[in-house]
Amino acid sequence: MIPMLTSAEVSALLRDDPWWMYLLKAVVLLVYLLLWALFNVVFERKLVAKMQDRIGPSFNGPNGWGQSLGDGMKLMLKEDFRPKNSDKWVFNLAPYLIGIPAFSIMAVIPFGGKVTIFGEETVLQLTDTPVSVLVILALASVGIYGVVLAGWSSGSSYSLLGGLRSSAQMISYELAMGLSFVAVFMYAGSMATSDIVNAQQQPIQIAGFTIPVEGWFWFLLLPSFVIYLIAMVGETNRAPFDLPECESELVGGFHTEYSGFRFAMFFLAEYLNMVNVSAVVVTLFLGGYHFPFERAIASLNIGWLNDYVIQNAWLQPIWLTLKLVLCICLFVWLRGSLPRFRYDQFMALGWKVLIPVSLVWIMLVALVRLMQGNNVLILLGAAAVVLLLVLVIDGFRKEPDAEEEADSAALSATPFDPYAGGYPVPPMPGQQVPELAGVVPGETETRGTEERADS
Amino acid sequence: MMLPMVTAGEVAFWVLAPVMILGAIGMVLLRKPVHSALCLAAVMICLAVQYFSLNAPFLGVAQIIVYTGAVLMLFLFVMMLIGVDATDSVVETIRGQRVAATLAAVGFVILVVLAAGQVMIGNKLPLSSPELPVQLSTFQAQDTIGQIAYFVFVRYVFVFELTSALLIVAAVGAMVLAHRERFVEKISQRSLAEQRMRRYAETGEHPGALPAPGVYARHNAIDAPALLPDGSIAETSISPTLAARGSVADVHQIAAAADRVRAAIDGGDPIITNHPGAAALESGPAGTAGELDRGTGTPDATEPGPADQRKDEQ
Repeated sequence: MIPMLTSAEVSALLRDDPWWMYLLKAVVLLVYLLLWALFNVVFERKLVAKMQDRIGPSFNGPNGWGQSLGDGMKLMLKEDFRPKNSDKWVFNLAPYLIGIPAFSIMAVIPFGGKVTIFGEETVLQLTDTPVSVLVILALASVGIYGVVLAGWSSGSSYSLLGGLRSSAQMISYELAMGLSFVAVFMYAGSMATSDIVNAQQQPIQIAGFTIPVEGWFWFLLLPSFVIYLIAMVGETNRAPFDLPECESELVGGFHTEYSGFRFAMFFLAEYLNMVNVSAVVVTLFLGGYHFPFERAIASLNIGWLNDYVIQNAWLQPIWLTLKLVLCICLFVWLRGSLPRFRYDQFMALGWKVLIPVSLVWIMLVALVRLMQGNNVLILLGAAAVVLLLVLVIDGFRKEPDAEEEADSAALSATPFDPYAGGYPVPPMPGQQVPELAGVVPGETETRGTEERADS
Repeated sequence: MMLPMVTAGEVAFWVLAPVMILGAIGMVLLRKPVHSALCLAAVMICLAVQYFSLNAPFLGVAQIIVYTGAVLMLFLFVMMLIGVDATDSVVETIRGQRVAATLAAVGFVILVVLAAGQVMIGNKLPLSSPELPVQLSTFQAQDTIGQIAYFVFVRYVFVFELTSALLIVAAVGAMVLAHRERFVEKISQRSLAEQRMRRYAETGEHPGALPAPGVYARHNAIDAPALLPDGSIAETSISPTLAARGSVADVHQIAAAADRVRAAIDGGDPIITNHPGAAALESGPAGTAGELDRGTGTPDATEPGPADQRKDEQ
């Protein structure tokens, strides 16, 4: 079987590393993240173009893949000015406050197992602490400062409102995000990322039987996974939760007044944060850097496949990267298909649905863990939570008032007179204009579009 | 010569301590409240890094998430929303506050000096951690999270629960104090629409959106009013604030250049008035309709020249 390193062993390996190893890993990580940012911008535009039946960027570089490089160069060379009303120090500081955490979150994500670099044994991970996942949350909360201060220091109402909006959004969704981690911690028995990845490699056990499939937490802790997926979109201010940047209301939100390189920093941070939250979801719920179905593949006993592909720690960053690309696809898919939420709906979803459901789910998980973890109970719990979710959402829907119903019944009973109130009004639902009483209703709209598609 | 052993914790202390002290001084001395809050945040983050370097990562993370991420962020929100300014008055609102503050500061300094002296000269305080019971086996005994969990949820569980009850009482109390009874019914989108239609029926007020500001060849800012078909200014197209300040642009001056050019093209008399509305009053609407039409861009049949030309262009 593949040897797995506990968090303590990983820490011991990392502590032995010479200084150049840390430098090497940090530089490689920086380059990896910058490549991700370049890739993300073009990939998103190309994919969303596919979804909307367009071509997308296709001119610069091979097949348009040089577009983001060009965008970045343009932003760097542009005039970088500061509005007169802005607060100089804070205005200059804010882009770095959002940029630096975005670059540092990946430091605690494990990219692979034990390898030997220049004769030195180490793991493919920059650093590991017993509370790595909390470190990620802490760095994210420092990043919110960048948003708030950028909004405040610009000295513009649009920026201030955008900054307040997005920070309120990020703080609310960070709560739901943190709560979705709790069940993972209880199942893995640790807050270290390496331990959580290891815990997911254990086979699923149902009622005493062992199924040779890795118990990745997206399956075992489905409600936590769903809550995290929703919270991560809210946390990164992406569509359909991109309220801080809704152009029709707030121009560009907190970065309205920024230009040139400082704006590029915000842009970079947004795309890096997409990668960061995706890396967290991959590490905590999707098996981290491991290949799917490792156990089943190992049981096939194909020597070269096991030795050179599955157990090869150098290939594990590639599996992680592929999983990240899938997560980015999800982001783009959401952006391509969903309309933007209204602000109060969005806050209600966070506070009245995600957080209560998380709390109830955590209670259930704790109860089951106390009863020495039986996965059947977990599944029952999942069913209970889904039921609760349905009830909560149902409760949100406004019950049609009996009075209103009687009103509308009375409306449809009497013949419609557009001038009854002294001025012309259109018919209400259920009412019919007397002139149109004899007209046969037309074809439905779906039928119409089908015909158009055929012709 | 032997170099003295330097631990990471010591390096971190000597790097971070100056930053923290500067931050603390800045917090007290800076004029803008937001800058003070930022200095406080810097102190808190440095403190968290110190905790990390002293092998207490959980405490460091909690410091950032709870204090920097939540408490101080609330402060910042309040400052930004109510706009606390540097021009706050320095009048003493609580009597004897300065004397009390001075006394407290002197007392604090004495306390710090005594405590430091005690640690450096006198007997060392027993700082060993309390012994943990053996049944703490689900978490490793050296695990900081397990230890914190033991103290919070086992040994001091009642103190902890009482504290949380206190916090909840405070939160509920604040909500009760800030709660406002609604005396009138909440205005809905529907009732607003009904009101608009009623006003239209009663006073003839237009129920739709207000007209947008005017768009001219050289000016399209919000201080340029739109023109009605008769050449007069649409009063509702400019903000009442701008009108009250008197900073509304003179539209006819803006349109004058275009008028001159168009007149030169027509070859007709370049009768340019700075105020067609006034001209209209003088010579009657029929005579000036074509002239106005050049400024507003609405075709008019009374004077065939410019209108026909515009049709050709289209």
